[in-house]
Amino acid sequence: MIVWLIIGMAIVTAVPRFLPVFIVDWVSFPKWVDRWLNAIPYAALGALIVPGILNVKPDAPQIGIIAGLVGVLLAWLNVHIIGVVLGAIATVFLLTL
Amino acid sequence: MESQVLQHKEQSGRRSMIRRGIMAGLPIMLGYLPVALTYGVLASQTGMTISEITWMSVLVFAGAAQFLAVGMIAAGTGLIEMIIATFVLNFRHFVMSLSFVNRLRSIAFRAKLPLTLGLTDETFTVSALYRKEAKEEFGSYFYASLMLTAYLSWVGGSLVGGLLGDVMPESLSESMGVALYAMFIGLLIPSVKGNWRIACIALLAMGVNVLCQSFGLNQGWSIVVGTLIGGASGIWLLDSEEEKA
Repeated sequence: MIVWLIIGMAIVTAVPRFLPVFIVDWVSFPKWVDRWLNAIPYAALGALIVPGILNVKPDAPQIGIIAGLVGVLLAWLNVHIIGVVLGAIATVFLLTL
Repeated sequence: MESQVLQHKEQSGRRSMIRRGIMAGLPIMLGYLPVALTYGVLASQTGMTISEITWMSVLVFAGAAQFLAVGMIAAGTGLIEMIIATFVLNFRHFVMSLSFVNRLRSIAFRAKLPLTLGLTDETFTVSALYRKEAKEEFGSYFYASLMLTAYLSWVGGSLVGGLLGDVMPESLSESMGVALYAMFIGLLIPSVKGNWRIACIALLAMGVNVLCQSFGLNQGWSIVVGTLIGGASGIWLLDSEEEKA
């Protein structure tokens, strides 16, 4: 049963991933669609951060918020992304001691 | 002689792209390892075998969906229902892949096809922010090694988690749950600093996502709707400079 689950999940995950290769190869988009697609990464980042970060500690959403703000501050100060990640981890660790 | 020099140059070009790809993938590795370990531990607790745990990571390579599946296996959910839930949760990769391949028009079809199979939230957003590599020679090597770094840490972490069980103290593994969010923040902020309009796009996407979820739409569709509407504001907010960049 789990074998079929894995195969089924693999198919429904892979098809949406590779289908655009065929679409984009056959059509060329007008400029405004290009701008839309170029904005997708920033929009995706926004949608992936909030509200997900509130559930880092589901019973204490403020911990996710504080760690996120520490991340924003570090990134704003041009700290390398590894440093941003480690800083946020350390913040959650210290807040939950 | 000349062809040897050329060959050498080509080799070092490839190698440097691979090295840069791995470096770009390191933050993803840092974020994936603890999450993959946790997945392996939880999955083995629901009675999945080591090979089932690992094969799911090899063939599906989608963290959130795999956690969902483990939860649903534990709850005894039906097969079709689990597959539909996976489709809904992962449909956002269709939108991301459209954006990804549209920027990779200069890369060969046979290279693009396997690259899209490596798209996750994390590999997509990191790749998207390394945009100039798409136009460089051997650009596909850069994206391939970035994605393989992420992929191998996901698969390896799942295997180790399934084999060893709880290897990390709970307080540490819980704290590391913030890693991927921090990585997203670390990717977004430098772009926002360079162009405040990008903040508007991201904030709109956040707002729409929160709104959709508060109206009871599930997480998968909410992220899709938030990403599409937030991205649509880019039609007006992003200028032609952004197109050239």
